[in-house]
Amino acid sequence: MDIFARTRSAGRKARPHPAAPAGCAARGGHVATASALAPGPASPARMATLFVLAALATAPAALPATAQDEERETRDWVLPRTPAGHPDLQGNWTNATVTPIQRPEGQGPVHTWEEVAGIEGYLEEAKVDDYADSDPDREAPPVGGIFTGNPLFDAASGGTGGYNAFYIDAGERVAIFNGEPRTSLVVDPPNGRVPELSEEGRERFAERRSFRRQFGAYDNPENRPLAERCIMSFGSNGGPPMLPNYFYNNNYTIVQTPDHIMIMTEMVHDVRIIRMGEPKRLPPHIRPWMGDSWGRWEGDTLVVETTNLHPDQTLQGIPPSEDMKVVERFTRADENTINYEFTVEDPRMWSRPWSGEVPFTTLNGLVYEYACHEGNYALENVLRGARAQERR
Amino acid sequence: MTRPTTLIFPLLAALAIPAAACAQGDGIPRTPSGRPDMNGLWQALGNAHWDIEPHAARPALAMQPGPVVAVPAGEVLALGAVGSVPPGYGVVEGGEIPYLPEALALRDENRELWLERDPEIRCYLPGVPRATYMPFPFQIFQSETKVFVAYEYASAMREVYLEDPGPPQVDSWMGQSVGRWEDDTFVVEVDGFNGQAWLDRAGNHHSAGLTVTERYTMIGPDHIMYEAELEDPATYSRPWTIRMPLYRNIDPNARLGQFKCVEFVEELMYGHLRKNPIRR
Repeated sequence: MDIFARTRSAGRKARPHPAAPAGCAARGGHVATASALAPGPASPARMATLFVLAALATAPAALPATAQDEERETRDWVLPRTPAGHPDLQGNWTNATVTPIQRPEGQGPVHTWEEVAGIEGYLEEAKVDDYADSDPDREAPPVGGIFTGNPLFDAASGGTGGYNAFYIDAGERVAIFNGEPRTSLVVDPPNGRVPELSEEGRERFAERRSFRRQFGAYDNPENRPLAERCIMSFGSNGGPPMLPNYFYNNNYTIVQTPDHIMIMTEMVHDVRIIRMGEPKRLPPHIRPWMGDSWGRWEGDTLVVETTNLHPDQTLQGIPPSEDMKVVERFTRADENTINYEFTVEDPRMWSRPWSGEVPFTTLNGLVYEYACHEGNYALENVLRGARAQERR
Repeated sequence: MTRPTTLIFPLLAALAIPAAACAQGDGIPRTPSGRPDMNGLWQALGNAHWDIEPHAARPALAMQPGPVVAVPAGEVLALGAVGSVPPGYGVVEGGEIPYLPEALALRDENRELWLERDPEIRCYLPGVPRATYMPFPFQIFQSETKVFVAYEYASAMREVYLEDPGPPQVDSWMGQSVGRWEDDTFVVEVDGFNGQAWLDRAGNHHSAGLTVTERYTMIGPDHIMYEAELEDPATYSRPWTIRMPLYRNIDPNARLGQFKCVEFVEELMYGHLRKNPIRR
């Protein structure tokens, strides 16, 4: 399969939104996005956010609401329960969405359905476009590759055409929570954006940054991101809080027994074991990845409190303090949805607690093994490449 | 209690009666539907993880010639007795693995080149059945509709599908597991391997054509008899079986730990690529 050819083919075409006036896409979308790429490699999550911004900026105002509304209607459904009488959360779920974690400036908290149709229609069209056959008579690409203008692909491949729509599953739907199409996953503070750091948080963050700045980005394996090292997924997939990564594999398996809830995150095959009952916390110096989680039922809602988070497991770029606590609430909303709510409390880092709401929807498919480390040629070659450049 | 629960409870209780009744007195915990309840933290004892075949204690896995007898290789010398291999009297039915001649030669070569080849050294996923008898606990999550096994080593895990999804769509380290109950025994067929996993630290191996049939039988509240039949015509002259008890960790405070060893092997795997490699 000629993946390169496909992506290049896609890259040749400009892809303004069909309903957008000429020049609109260039001004609000792709050109702005391309310039954001220019300073250097960026995380897929950030790129995805930019992509969403681009899509929003070009969304038309007056597309009719489509069958999607009807699809989302809940049919007659009885909350399934385990033998112990609790809501049954088991199954395969995904939290992939195009709704960004933080709300773009100037947006209200909720989209109109016309906006939803515009955004989702645009993404569908872009996907179809990317699947199109490539031109067999195309010329060789220029030195340095081609930037397609789609930040998802460009972030993954640096213009080399490494990934196309076949490989990327970044989310195709706006997040619908309690029937509302949301513009951000963060809902508190009310502006939909994470709060300022606290004074101590700013000091700690500055300390961490100055420690890290004594190294180049490619000096040591420990200077590379956790995802590149195959330690954790990028974008807080494993959590808590469990957030979409805006790239691929936002998939989870939940298994529920009387005294445990097991949540497996596909990315880097992380298993979170939530113990039910009165917490017996780990000593403060033991801080595992994904922390120490204890659950209880409040009516039909599973409430999970997590402490002892690993000092390197950053959230929105901010490391947790030893006092960070994440409270998560899982509530079955309908046949295909778990309403997932979370609150991050860490006064040593953040000036106030902040909260988000994310729909987890049914994944119609199996979750396959994500053996990351076993095939991690990337980390070795990134370091090897840096050493080769130094020798020049 | 909410209303739906009170409706469901008597129904399930009625369903559970036949199985539970016939199992009375054996002390084996049961799920609401009457199956043996394997939920909990389990671990194999013994030294199968060093070598599943019968073996005497030896100074180290990596050896070098000495003036009188072989001695531990330089790479492991500093470990002293910690690096020595404890004895094991084998878990292979009949004692020896029925290798085909070329496969036996590869096993011996693997043993010779253990430091370079054992996937455990690089924190790679253990495969099945090796995951079961690694010197780490594992936790079984068993509900009415799902069975899932989480291993402490390397955050390895697998879902055991209770409905057969058909042939594996991808090769993998842990394979595709499909489980069914045969009376009180949980039988798991595992295939779809990538052939890169080993069976122990002694170079015992299999190909991607391996099929493992595991049998988990609770023989008491805190013991599972574990059996695995390995069939791999490219490697073995006939199917063969390993068998060992698994023990429940009965410490009420016991929990599955986190052993994400990926970060522990970075110096080994990438240390030479640091900007300033650490002197050794």
